[in-house]
Amino acid sequence: MSLLSTKHLLGIKDISTADIQLILTTAKNFKEVINRPIKKVPSLRDVTIANVFFENSTRTKISFELAEKRLSADTVNFSSGSSSVKKGETLLDTVNNILAMKVDMVVMRHPAPGAHQFLSRHIDATIINAGDGTHEHPTQALLDTYSLQEKIGDLKDKKIVIVGDILHSRVALSNIYCLQKLGAKVRVCGPPTLLPKHISSLGVEVSHNLRDSLEWCDAANMLRIQLERQEDKYFPSLREYSLQYGVTFPLLQSLKKEIVLMHPGPINRGVEITSEVADSDQSIILNQVENGVAVRMSVLYLLAARGTSDEK
Amino acid sequence: MKRIILEYKQVDLILTRIAHQLIENHGDFSNTALLALQPRGILFGKSIRARIKELFDIEVTYGELDTTFHRDDFRRTDKPLLPSAVNIDFQIEDKRIILIDDVLYTGRSIRAALDAVNDYGRPSSIELVTLINRKYNREVPIQPDYVGEHIDSRIDDYVKVDWEDNNCKVWIITDKLD
Repeated sequence: MSLLSTKHLLGIKDISTADIQLILTTAKNFKEVINRPIKKVPSLRDVTIANVFFENSTRTKISFELAEKRLSADTVNFSSGSSSVKKGETLLDTVNNILAMKVDMVVMRHPAPGAHQFLSRHIDATIINAGDGTHEHPTQALLDTYSLQEKIGDLKDKKIVIVGDILHSRVALSNIYCLQKLGAKVRVCGPPTLLPKHISSLGVEVSHNLRDSLEWCDAANMLRIQLERQEDKYFPSLREYSLQYGVTFPLLQSLKKEIVLMHPGPINRGVEITSEVADSDQSIILNQVENGVAVRMSVLYLLAARGTSDEK
Repeated sequence: MKRIILEYKQVDLILTRIAHQLIENHGDFSNTALLALQPRGILFGKSIRARIKELFDIEVTYGELDTTFHRDDFRRTDKPLLPSAVNIDFQIEDKRIILIDDVLYTGRSIRAALDAVNDYGRPSSIELVTLINRKYNREVPIQPDYVGEHIDSRIDDYVKVDWEDNNCKVWIITDKLD
């Protein structure tokens, strides 16, 4: 397997295990690149990439932009707040206008699940999903998986628990697909109101007990409580949530074995995890951020290679 | 048609000759590093390092460089361009670098290597060792400093360097025309 089987990265669900492995293996090389004295390679110097963000983002946007610049691509940035979207332009028109300026790849975040699938049917450029509503966030799952592999090796039969707001999380869904494709056992843990009704149909275990889940797992991915997506109240108070589902240092120390802690960010310190835990040796949160650039370079590089072989 | 151009014994002599040529120009190698090119220059590079150790008891600084991200045919070929590992655990800055590859043909890999080396610092000089120099069909103005064997070959020929344990044989394959 030497090329990705897909022209776009719309979600982890649509790509093969071989694709995931190729992306993760190539990311290792890019991690070496971004630790060189000169962190830039010329591979994508003839590629133009539009970063189209219809939703706020800090780290994903910066991470993609850095990845693009370190591959020498030309980039244009677009965010819906300051654009013609406000004047009523449709998604397809907006993107077609950007493409008319000869853009080869589109990195897009959009609040509507499936916006990327829709776009991929109507335009020629390669599309990379940087988050679509509560659906998928494939590059986050890939960088989580990469960081985990770096820390605990092959994920086959490893136990990973995803804790917190599964219902509103695109990170959770992508992570479940990605971890399962690599042979890991996945459990979700959270209050019943924050777990989707039929989540067990994805083949994951379901638990409402944090201590039990932490004892079970090799690594825990603590998701952010997405207050901005919660129109209704899903739990009585943040304080109560954090008492039941927040990881504290004493809790971590009372476990029978040492586990790895992840968080996709941004952290609500004191809610999902305390500062002590976030900054402890068991946390790989900052490794996730560093690896994010390498993994996104890998995705962009492999999709760019793929783009040309299609044309030929 | 497939015929041998270098037998084990000849490659062995070449290794000894190149080790002597290198020691003549680089003395005790205190400021020199060997940098073999991934993937096919590695075994030749390791053999040169071993031969220098064997003949002169000098432990030469040695590293491995991958040039994939600097190649000029990315998105221009159907062949996949997948990277190999880089192993450089020394400073390139101000070092005398000796690039090592097995076959010099169009020269484009070496051009990429010259760019890639600079990502790690500015060497004081760069030289090139190649086991086989295919004299014709160069596409960029690059010439080797140390050569195992110069050969005349046609554009359709394929030169194959076979390593078995630490022994090496070189074939030329001319199937397409014969």
